[in-house]
Amino acid sequence: MSQVPGERSFPLPSQLAPVPGAEGWEEMYPYFSRFQPEDDQRFWFYNSMHFPEVVPAFDGLTSEIPYTAIGANTARLFSFPTTLGIEYRIVHGRVYITANPVTDPAQVEQRLAHFQERAGHYYANWDRLYGEWQQRIEALIADIESVEVPRLGELDDLEVVTGARGYASNHLLREEFHRCIDLYSKMWHHHTEFLMLGYGAYVVFFEFCKRAFPEIGDQTVARMVAGIDVTMYRPDDELKKLAALAVELDLADLFVEGSDPGKVLSGLAGRGDAGHRWLAALEAAKDPWFNVSVGDGFYHHHLSWADDLTVPFAALPRYVEQVAAGRSLTRPTERLAEERERIAVEYRALLGSEDERGAFDQMLGLCRQVFPYIESHKFYCEHWFTTRFFQKVRGFGRLLAERGVLADADDVFHLRHVEVEDALADVQLAWASGGQELGARHWQPIVARRKQVLEALAGWSPPPALGPAPESLNDPAVQMLWGVTDETIETWLGAQELDEDTVRGYAASPGVVEGTARVLMNVNDIGQIREGEVLVCPVTAPSWGPVFGTIAAAVSDIGGTMSHAAIVAREYGMPAVVGTGQATARIRTGDRVRVDGDRGIVTVLR
Amino acid sequence: MTTAPLVLRFADVGRDDVAVAGGKGASLGELKRAGIRVPDGLVVTTEAFRTAVAALDPGQRVTALDPADGDAVAAACAGLRATVEAAPLPPGVVEAVTAGYARLAGECGQADLPVAVRSSATSEDSAEASFAGLQDTYLWVRGADSVLEHVRRCWASLYSVESVSYRLRRGIPETDLAMAVVVQEMVGARSSGVMFTRSPLTGDRSVVAIDASWGLGSAVVSGDVTPDTFVVSKVTGEISRRTVATKLRWHQPDPRGSGVVESDVPANLRDVPSVSDEEIAELVAIARRVEAHYGCPQDIEWAVSRTAPPGETILLLQSRPETVWAEQDAAAAGRTGAAPAARAYDHVFDLLGGKRPSEG
Repeated sequence: MSQVPGERSFPLPSQLAPVPGAEGWEEMYPYFSRFQPEDDQRFWFYNSMHFPEVVPAFDGLTSEIPYTAIGANTARLFSFPTTLGIEYRIVHGRVYITANPVTDPAQVEQRLAHFQERAGHYYANWDRLYGEWQQRIEALIADIESVEVPRLGELDDLEVVTGARGYASNHLLREEFHRCIDLYSKMWHHHTEFLMLGYGAYVVFFEFCKRAFPEIGDQTVARMVAGIDVTMYRPDDELKKLAALAVELDLADLFVEGSDPGKVLSGLAGRGDAGHRWLAALEAAKDPWFNVSVGDGFYHHHLSWADDLTVPFAALPRYVEQVAAGRSLTRPTERLAEERERIAVEYRALLGSEDERGAFDQMLGLCRQVFPYIESHKFYCEHWFTTRFFQKVRGFGRLLAERGVLADADDVFHLRHVEVEDALADVQLAWASGGQELGARHWQPIVARRKQVLEALAGWSPPPALGPAPESLNDPAVQMLWGVTDETIETWLGAQELDEDTVRGYAASPGVVEGTARVLMNVNDIGQIREGEVLVCPVTAPSWGPVFGTIAAAVSDIGGTMSHAAIVAREYGMPAVVGTGQATARIRTGDRVRVDGDRGIVTVLR
Repeated sequence: MTTAPLVLRFADVGRDDVAVAGGKGASLGELKRAGIRVPDGLVVTTEAFRTAVAALDPGQRVTALDPADGDAVAAACAGLRATVEAAPLPPGVVEAVTAGYARLAGECGQADLPVAVRSSATSEDSAEASFAGLQDTYLWVRGADSVLEHVRRCWASLYSVESVSYRLRRGIPETDLAMAVVVQEMVGARSSGVMFTRSPLTGDRSVVAIDASWGLGSAVVSGDVTPDTFVVSKVTGEISRRTVATKLRWHQPDPRGSGVVESDVPANLRDVPSVSDEEIAELVAIARRVEAHYGCPQDIEWAVSRTAPPGETILLLQSRPETVWAEQDAAAAGRTGAAPAARAYDHVFDLLGGKRPSEG
């Protein structure tokens, strides 16, 4: 990717102007994440899909660790022939990435031999290995759930002495915090374990379909592959079941739009046996199904349903109303499965030869074998595990706040993880010596300053890419790894030529509709959505599921054609444009918009 | 020598009747038989052509020409065309066409029913068909006398300089010459266009490609307007490409009663899609039926009627086999060259192994 900056260039990293009020932002991130002078020669792009917001200091871990895992997987474990891993840099709080392709034919050939042996082992034993993966990831979740923030009392517990444990609880401060970080790292390794191989199978089928049917839409290929009983739908399904139960137990009157979850809960507690039965059902559903983050698991402040009931309780009134009106909320899985099959059968029939049909069967079969992993891993990794991870770190923050080091538990997320260790050492020492923690004077001004820096950085508009535009990005593995194609780069290069009433993104779900926009920056506001409106939001994750029964179309700043919003929109048969980068900034609630899900264009009709 | 009818109704012809009804006439009859909505009409058969034109023996004058002598060909053609257009018609032909038109007009409930008069060549030779056929569509013709006049113009088109020169160069005998003429109820088209049951750009058979514009289809066929274009999946109905063009010109029936005039599209319509998504879906459904009926990709002319009752607004004006990609299909066994591998995941090694399928 090394190139002399030419005409087709994005801004160079070294040319980025400082952001006023954000001086010193660099200290929030590790030194190896900073742009170097020689980085001007390389092409970088803003990973807005995973990191749509400014990254707080602790959350720098959510780029550092995933990139240690994903690169290890492609470069060192499976030996992908044409690509090593991904390098990342953080500038002004935004994450930019670049891939390291392998271009030397001899090296590609060598790596291919290993790839065939290694990837071949996984493909050949996929179902068994995936079954084992499922057990491993659940064990990891159990591990992170077992992390305990030690209680530091006046004296350590008697059992520590009588059991002759031999070490005091302040030791565990470091050990348990380390466990959090280590488990998070291990989770990411397992996250990537099957992912790139799964994508590989998908890219093969996708490429074949594009050659056989040059006009086929991306979503149509995705529809032939998509799973039906996907874990991702469970949280929403659980809500629907709770809504049905509320109607059955004659509790529907408690679920009115705009009610505070606390009020609803106390109302339920006052409804005797029926209320208690419902609350018990809620508790049963919560673990694990409410461990869905309102984001994608890359920011500590994207809380889960379990952390904050606002989202599920904003969705319940509408479901309750629908159940009471006699409407079925069950996903028509049989019909969806039949439709998926019909599409595949009809495309297959259009192929020109028996050989092609044979290849099609193999590629589609492999895709369907690997897809349960691709669709379900997110729930286990980014949602369930990560929810627990941030909860635990927040627990350490609570301890630091109790010990006076931090003003507030959530301030822990304004320290880098190595800084958290420092702060914990301060507590360990003070508890041991009987002295006073010294961190308040040190950390609290830093936290205050970083909060201001984050605010200043939030106003910065990150360019979609930096450095010289590559001549072409035609390697499928690199495309797959980056999620970026030549077309994307052309779109970015031409973005400034678009008129200001047009927003362009990925065509995620077909169809064209016009409607009134409802811009929701936060999933907690989903109660505001009215029937037939066009949802415009930063990112949609499984917790947005409930709104899809109401809206006419969906537009997001972040996401690709395989993103959650795209998949759900296709299932509901509504147009969606995702990954626009700027819809929430350019569209206002009440604007009349046309969403063209065929072309990936949103137009504000003024 | 058997005497074939001089005029046949669409309902009486099918795809095997090209020799009598020409390609266009046979295809319209076939579509009607298949239950596809087409404006009704009649075919002035090749028998009528023989009765009326062959009697004038123009072939003899053509055969005597030297194709290299442009001036002589031009002069002869002018003479022949004038003769074909002006010579008195045999009473039988006049009677049959007049009666056929009256019957069609009666069935449509309008005595001076406007019709399209279009030549319908019998030749399989598409180049000849394009000389003799394409230019000869007369729209918005009213009354039996005018129909007869335009039928003769269609016949006369066989003696255009291009058509005659072509036959002379190719040595096509004049005795084989025949032409049918289609007389078809005119559709007051709100929008019209052309569609292919495969992509004309890539040959992709999984899509229907639609060109559409406001007014009569002649604007699209003649290239007087840049049409809206849509590419729609036959399987999912998804519109995978949608280009709404700025449509500056349209063809409309002449308000004076017959013929067509070209004018500017009103500003409020120019940038608006000329067909709705529902109409696109219906067009695709019809295209698929027609393709299935013929068993090969089709090139179809269609119109959305201004006046037909809801649900019956889309009409086909013509369908013929697509030829360009058909030849390539015959040459290749599948577009991708892909074949089953020993193991399904070998395909992954092929693609991610640094060898693109097109190169390998």
